[in-house]
Amino acid sequence: MKNEEKAQDGLVLEARNITKRFPGVLALSHVNFRLVKGRVHALMGENGAGKSTLMKIIAGIYQADEGDIFLHGEKVSFHTPKHALSHGISMIHQELSPILDMTIAENLFLGKEFCRGKLIDYKTMNREAAQLLKKVGVDLPPGRLMKELTVSQMQMVEIAKALSYDAEVIIMDEPSATITDREVASLFGIIRSLKEDGRCIVYITHKMDEVFKIADEITVFRDGQYIGTYDAGEIDENELVVKMVDRELTEIYPVRSNKPEEVVLKVENLSQEGVFEDISFELRRGEILGFSGLMGSGRTEVMNALFGITQPTGGTIWVHGEKLEKPRPGKAISKGIGYVTEDRKGNGLVLDMSVYDNMVLPSLGKLSNRMGAINRRQAAKVAEEYKDRLNIKTPNMQQMVKQLSGGNQQKIVLAKWLLQNPDILIFDEPTRGIDVGAKTEIYKLVARLAQEGKAIIFISSEMPEILGMSDRVVVFYEGRKKGELAREEATQEKIMMYASDVDEGGME
Amino acid sequence: MKEMTKRFDRNWVQTYMLIFIVIGLGIILSFISGNFLTGTNLLNVLRQISINGILAIGMTIVCLTGGIDLSVGSIVAFSGIIAAGLLRDKEYPIALIVLIAVAIGGLLGLYNGYFVAYWNAAPFVVTLSMMTIARGMTYVYSTGRPISNLPTEFLAIGKGSIAGVPVPTIILIIVFILASVMLTKLKFGRYVYAVGGNENAAMVSGINVKRIKMMVYVLSGIACGIAAIILTARVSAGLPTAGESYELDAIAATVIGGTSLSGGRGRLWGTIVGAILLGIVNNGLDLMNVSSFYQQIVKGLIILGAILIDSKRNQ
Repeated sequence: MKNEEKAQDGLVLEARNITKRFPGVLALSHVNFRLVKGRVHALMGENGAGKSTLMKIIAGIYQADEGDIFLHGEKVSFHTPKHALSHGISMIHQELSPILDMTIAENLFLGKEFCRGKLIDYKTMNREAAQLLKKVGVDLPPGRLMKELTVSQMQMVEIAKALSYDAEVIIMDEPSATITDREVASLFGIIRSLKEDGRCIVYITHKMDEVFKIADEITVFRDGQYIGTYDAGEIDENELVVKMVDRELTEIYPVRSNKPEEVVLKVENLSQEGVFEDISFELRRGEILGFSGLMGSGRTEVMNALFGITQPTGGTIWVHGEKLEKPRPGKAISKGIGYVTEDRKGNGLVLDMSVYDNMVLPSLGKLSNRMGAINRRQAAKVAEEYKDRLNIKTPNMQQMVKQLSGGNQQKIVLAKWLLQNPDILIFDEPTRGIDVGAKTEIYKLVARLAQEGKAIIFISSEMPEILGMSDRVVVFYEGRKKGELAREEATQEKIMMYASDVDEGGME
Repeated sequence: MKEMTKRFDRNWVQTYMLIFIVIGLGIILSFISGNFLTGTNLLNVLRQISINGILAIGMTIVCLTGGIDLSVGSIVAFSGIIAAGLLRDKEYPIALIVLIAVAIGGLLGLYNGYFVAYWNAAPFVVTLSMMTIARGMTYVYSTGRPISNLPTEFLAIGKGSIAGVPVPTIILIIVFILASVMLTKLKFGRYVYAVGGNENAAMVSGINVKRIKMMVYVLSGIACGIAAIILTARVSAGLPTAGESYELDAIAATVIGGTSLSGGRGRLWGTIVGAILLGIVNNGLDLMNVSSFYQQIVKGLIILGAILIDSKRNQ
């Protein structure tokens, strides 16, 4: 076996049969991946396809449940990122985590400071940093504080940091998501010279044009499955998109018979400086409006502004024909809007509170008298009622929510809003990180709500979900509404084209 | 499931451990000193802990939102000195003066709350600023001298008893009941826990987070005003140095009672038991003629023990 690997010309790293499970989710299922010396390997797939998960396993951040990794034919297993680094594997992460109050040089050499005796040798450190910055084409003094940098400059520093390890394998997880065109050009320059140097580069991106500019070969993942590896020359954009999204609809989406009625929510030219621009749409009674687009495309940000969590800088919101001035969550709630937020631990639940307390939290205003005393009997009754309706599995209502499973937690977030009986409901990634059974229950529930005459905005990164649930689909790209598709005309390919900003002409 | 039972058991032990410790300590003390388990002594302990108990109730509410109030001792001093000054001048009825003192406490708390909530300033720093300001104002008003000659009817608030129970203790019980009702039966109380537990979730749920954050400091200030009245009546004078380091005792009782300084977790009765524990330890050491210098060391060790238990629980 080993001999066979060695015989393979230039094979540096091979991941074989990797499987990784997270609670309730199979993130990777028996995937394979090979890196060859001096080649740029693009890894593509939708959000949640498992790209980052595999890369984190290779870089020692996660451990695989099954499968092996071979480096130069030797079986390896990295327990920490430091361990992987010592074997010449470095990774540029999607989420930046710079220490803002330290200088560029200090960030670059964090954990491997140059020292003279016990003292830090700032002179050498700054000189080395300046060289690295020059290498990535960034003209900044190494003594500049990180917090004074723009996001794209920070990303370039992060890239410089990955280069500083002089690694053999460099994994770049969406490095171009936040940088300017000029910086992309210099990044590509760096990648080409690394390539000539015989390094291996893994390049993760959603941008089609970049892939064909820089990649030598392309591997596609879908739903945690390995789909295939292709030579960049032998595949075109359309084929690639089909490979990324094409799949059978394994989940069953409920059929609805109701027709959307009058407009209940109208958003005109809503903008937030630097975040999203000129967003307009209408939402009708009994309708499910799907919001599609990649993560960070502005879907959630628009909803946050609509609900008053952040303040829009322009545009108008009409609820039931009434203008919503200076939105605040309290005001939005009283206008009959409910918002099932994306991050249930971040802003959906108070983990240290009980199931009961979380469920009634936004309704306490309605459930208490003028003195602010809570009508406990009524509160307990409605909470109990929704616990049954949503089939929430908990030993009792006083159970801390942090002790429940993801699916049950998500249902509590839903219950908390349904208890209010809102007319307009926003669901942001309501099925993320929960198992298939709970997913199906949530689909049925959302469909039933629409049937009952609620107006629903359904945000999801999962294409089949969007197609299976929505009456209409709005697609976002980089803070703009890129397109709107009726149910009949919406296909995975079309949505993907809009969401990754491929010209429609490319489809013909 | 096993994990859950284990966690529950640990909670249960932590919840009631404090009561066991207090009872155990009481038994030990009653063997060491014949004077401990007498009605007079126990009532004395209850009288002694009243002020710290009331302040600790305010402190607990602040800590539940993830804040802290370092200014309570100084607010007690300022409210107390103003009350003493007005009482000496005998221009207003006593009841009105009591209300004024409480209102002053609330007003100084409003200063804390406003800057914490609406300027997003760190509670530690804002209340530190109030701590210095209120102490300074106390010296300015009193020109550094005690204010005495207070009416005897007023002194009854600190020294008197009703049906054998000291008046300060009765006030503590009333404050405790009101605060408990507020935290458990009113929506305000739930909001306090929610803000401390997860500020973002509270905000998304339509709670006016800033207002809640401001109100808890006002409540702590009101508690200071009430404590100031009791203290002034007990010592029969307004002292410019009154209430020094009271904030630390209040924080100690809160922490010993199991309230998390990071917010969202804690119970009022724990705080009261914490205050009683501190009171019994002081009393017991007094009865054994241990110098007050050593008492401070013991108090410090108790606080450390409480924190260690808490962080173990959070692992």
